[in-house]
Amino acid sequence: MDVELRGLTKRFGSVVANDNVNLHIRAGEVLGLLGENGAGKSTMMNMLSGLYTPDEGEILIDGKPVKFDGPGDGIEAGIGMVHQHFMLVPVFTVAENVVLGVEPTGRLGSLDIKKARAQVEEINEKYRLHVPPDELIEELPVGIQQRVEILKVLFRSADVLILDEPTAVLTPQEVHEFFGIVETLKKAGKAIVFITHKLHEVLEISDRISVLRQGRITGEGDPKTLTEADLAEMMVGRPVSFTTAKNVAEPGRTMLEMDAVTMLDETDEMVLDHVSLTVRSGEVVGVAGVQGNGQTELVEAITGLERIASGHITFDGEDISYARVRERHRMGMAHIPEDRHKSGMVDSFTVAENMVLNSYYAPEYSKGWAIDWPKVHETAARYCVEFDVRTPSVFLPGGSLSGGNQQKMVVARELERETKLVIASQPTRGVDVGSIEYIHERLIASRDEGDGVLIVSSELDEIMGLSDRIYVMYDGKIVAEFDNTDGKADRNAVGLAMAGSYEGEAA
Amino acid sequence: MSDKRPDLKDVNERMRGLMARTTHGRDDFEDLVIVPLFAVVVALVFGALIMLATAVDLPTIGRSFVALAVGSVGSLSAWSETLTASIPLVLAGLGLGLGFRAGLFNIGAEGQLLMGGLAAVVAGFTLSGLPWIIHLPVTLLIGALVGALYAAIAGFLKATTGAHEVISTIMLNLISYRLLDWLLRQPFIQREGRSDPISKDVPPSAELPRILDFIDVNLRLHAGIFVMLAAVALVYWMLFRSKIGFAFRASGENPSAANYAGMNAAFVIVLAMGTAGALAGLAGATQVTGVLGRASPGFSAGIGFDAIAVALLGRSHPIGILFAGILFGALEAGGRQMQVDAGVSIDLIGIIQALIIIFIAAPLLVRAIFPWGFRKRGKKAGEA
Repeated sequence: MDVELRGLTKRFGSVVANDNVNLHIRAGEVLGLLGENGAGKSTMMNMLSGLYTPDEGEILIDGKPVKFDGPGDGIEAGIGMVHQHFMLVPVFTVAENVVLGVEPTGRLGSLDIKKARAQVEEINEKYRLHVPPDELIEELPVGIQQRVEILKVLFRSADVLILDEPTAVLTPQEVHEFFGIVETLKKAGKAIVFITHKLHEVLEISDRISVLRQGRITGEGDPKTLTEADLAEMMVGRPVSFTTAKNVAEPGRTMLEMDAVTMLDETDEMVLDHVSLTVRSGEVVGVAGVQGNGQTELVEAITGLERIASGHITFDGEDISYARVRERHRMGMAHIPEDRHKSGMVDSFTVAENMVLNSYYAPEYSKGWAIDWPKVHETAARYCVEFDVRTPSVFLPGGSLSGGNQQKMVVARELERETKLVIASQPTRGVDVGSIEYIHERLIASRDEGDGVLIVSSELDEIMGLSDRIYVMYDGKIVAEFDNTDGKADRNAVGLAMAGSYEGEAA
Repeated sequence: MSDKRPDLKDVNERMRGLMARTTHGRDDFEDLVIVPLFAVVVALVFGALIMLATAVDLPTIGRSFVALAVGSVGSLSAWSETLTASIPLVLAGLGLGLGFRAGLFNIGAEGQLLMGGLAAVVAGFTLSGLPWIIHLPVTLLIGALVGALYAAIAGFLKATTGAHEVISTIMLNLISYRLLDWLLRQPFIQREGRSDPISKDVPPSAELPRILDFIDVNLRLHAGIFVMLAAVALVYWMLFRSKIGFAFRASGENPSAANYAGMNAAFVIVLAMGTAGALAGLAGATQVTGVLGRASPGFSAGIGFDAIAVALLGRSHPIGILFAGILFGALEAGGRQMQVDAGVSIDLIGIIQALIIIFIAAPLLVRAIFPWGFRKRGKKAGEA
């Protein structure tokens, strides 16, 4: 099945989200679609699934114009979406999830689960998905859950599969397996749209690449002739450097030491299992791992957001195992939180208010019980200039900034103070390529000024590129430690450790 | 990094640009002013339709609205009544609005007001003999303090056990009614020679003096209006200028960001509840020392509940609450006149108040009724 978008334009008020977009999706081909956040990828996909109606232009399926009026029209026409966030019922089996909403029914409308199972099994075989149909979703790893999502759209007889950031949640090994499945689907004649912001992946798997920027297609090409630098330039509109230039680290005194730290969740499950690590001044230490292996809890333990059950945490020689968040902050710990919307900023607060979110009480911003607002505004304006936070005014709500600028606002707040230790959790998540480059430079600059820097990220590239030393977390434990001076750590070995099957010496 | 930094002159220029005050956007203006204004108009129109539906003839409806206007703003006496009625509404409304800003949906102003009012009465007659310059402020402060303590119970329960404040404040309201009835029968509080639950009188030295009695002794407006204006200024300062207000607002808008920023959630909850209770208690205290002169069962007359509407209508902003409180005071004063002049039940005022709240809560409905009052809105780019 061929799908063609011809001159699609979608406006929201005065904002043009998609501007005269032309795109050809062909059967038996993988189309890589690149674009930063807010480039218009979601809008385009929502028009394909029928959620939005285009203002101008048309969608042609096999040469014939179609009109979608509501969600569901897309899948009916054979266009299936696999979302980044899975839409599965955890306590249902694979087969039950797959047939949910289009259940085969027996007489009197009763659910024919046997028939459902058989149909699931058939698709499973045909595309070699290797999904156990009777397992509960909650018992399956993320990579398999994703295949269930793919099974779902195949079950609804989709011929075009749109995969939205499918590799974001996978380990390097799982990515490899996932690409195998994409190949199988392609050979079976399916058309595949692979949406991502990871340049090397799109080069590896795509047959053609289109780049979207500010609602327009700004580049198209053949992955055989394009380089990552070409693609990044198309995405951002200017040349981008990938490797953060840095000198060899000169580690000094121990800034952070964790000694057999354990943490329990509310069901008394051990989420941190005797974690020991050190971060010295003047070095960047990376914590690699697939999401959900205790990294969040590790950061919570260090920053004081959650109580630890046992063990000790020492910060620049002082025991802070049970110190309050504010105490640690005052001692010079900076914390870039993993989810800025959830906890790093208050959307409705002004940029100025967000810039002092965790230091508003400090003497330099105080006048008795009141906040010295002129001082705050001046500081915020200076931070904005220093960190290139693009906003017309510090009086605008922080939520009105673009994702990259919001993150730079958070990073500016954390790094502009006098700090000794920087805890950066997913520092560039949901941030455009240009801002990523900038944030990385600033983190290295903090290191060079003698801070200890701990970076927790699920992007292995980020960890490999920035860290002088790497710890790998798996199932709440530190399972491996690598020296990464001059980037000498073995990427493959790190990937294996992330999957929990590294046999080398554990830290 | 130094080569990346722009030179000093450029920096200063850019900083000046960033610090230039932006004028409030039209959207803010629409939300804060136009929607409430239209909501009131629509509610009045619906009120008329309801009168029609209940077989009130057109001339009577006309007379009702004239009476409503005359009784609320038509004369000095009407203004005096309107403002007198608005004092406890604004005070309690400020407390509730402050709670809303901190993310606390406090339904308990009624109970806090009763407890604070009763405490003020007791303080009034037990401390009699003091000069008024000490007696009156102490009486009011004790009212505020007891209101604060009563509200802090709900805050403490939430902070320590997670008990939801909506439930606990409703229960505390119910407890306060019966507690008041019982206390009013205690020999220490009950007026000598009475068998019904009624308190002793507040002595003159603890009364809020009437401020317009030099014109006409029947004008009831009392010095509580200065307390009210001071409270508006204080709450404004607290919310938007002070450090604790910053923590209140952050906790209300995004509790997990407040936690990240090292704000102490339990402290914020208890303090915000306490402050809200202090303002409700003060509302009760001004009512007993300025208007009623004593406490009797249910002397709050639902002010604590009307104040929720006032806080919502005022968008939890001190200035908005001031105007909303005066509007509700006007409706109350005008409603009494309406009942006298046109024979329309005062319950209609309750209906109009309720309709105002519904339209405030459903701004889209107001926008749909008055499309010409608003700029067309597109979706934000971020949603695309």
